[in-house]
Amino acid sequence: MTEVLVAVLLLIGSLLMLLAGVGILRMPDLYMRLGTSTKASTLGLACILTAVAVHFAQMGVSTRAIAAVVFIFLTAPIAAHMIGRAAYVVGVSMWDRTVFDELQGRREPTPSESPDEIANREDGHPASRDGRTPGA
Amino acid sequence: MNGYESTILQAALLAAALMLTAAFLLAFLRLIRGPSVPDRVVALDLVAVLVVAAVAVQCIAADQPVLFDAALVLALVAFLGTVAFARYVERSGRDD
Repeated sequence: MTEVLVAVLLLIGSLLMLLAGVGILRMPDLYMRLGTSTKASTLGLACILTAVAVHFAQMGVSTRAIAAVVFIFLTAPIAAHMIGRAAYVVGVSMWDRTVFDELQGRREPTPSESPDEIANREDGHPASRDGRTPGA
Repeated sequence: MNGYESTILQAALLAAALMLTAAFLLAFLRLIRGPSVPDRVVALDLVAVLVVAAVAVQCIAADQPVLFDAALVLALVAFLGTVAFARYVERSGRDD
């Protein structure tokens, strides 16, 4: 019975991983790739690590597996958020059929920029730091 | 451990290994292609998660709980690496 449960968890987990791989290759822009790959791979890894915990059923291993799941659930969204924000600040373009951009013109100031510099940005796209022109 | 249940587990391990390999290939394709640096960082992050998963699967296949420590450490390092890359990209300015 344990083996069957482990087998099912492994299959679900690796299927989600495969979906993350397909998503990261097929999605049209960075932000969608980030969303699909992070969500699918987090859940997939949680399933696989639960399979490890069930399979060994020892105090030491199972505790570590559960701790790893908790850690992944805490850190994966943070990492994804940081990359997404960095990409937006740097000006990675969105898919041309994106409907709207909630952050347009409302980006919080970076420390090196004064508020009127932000107000003067005409396209709502962040100027790069240190006053350099985009693309320089 | 009875016969057909362990056969099911062996089949599931094989299938999991194959699917993870396919996912590795797709992630590496994005890593090679990725038009901007953040794309590559996302792909690299996925590769790190896939390595953790592959080590966990191998740990069940070989029945060696010791291997799991490697997966745990790798998960910790991968998060720090991703955060460091994000800070680097944010500081380096527009470069796509």
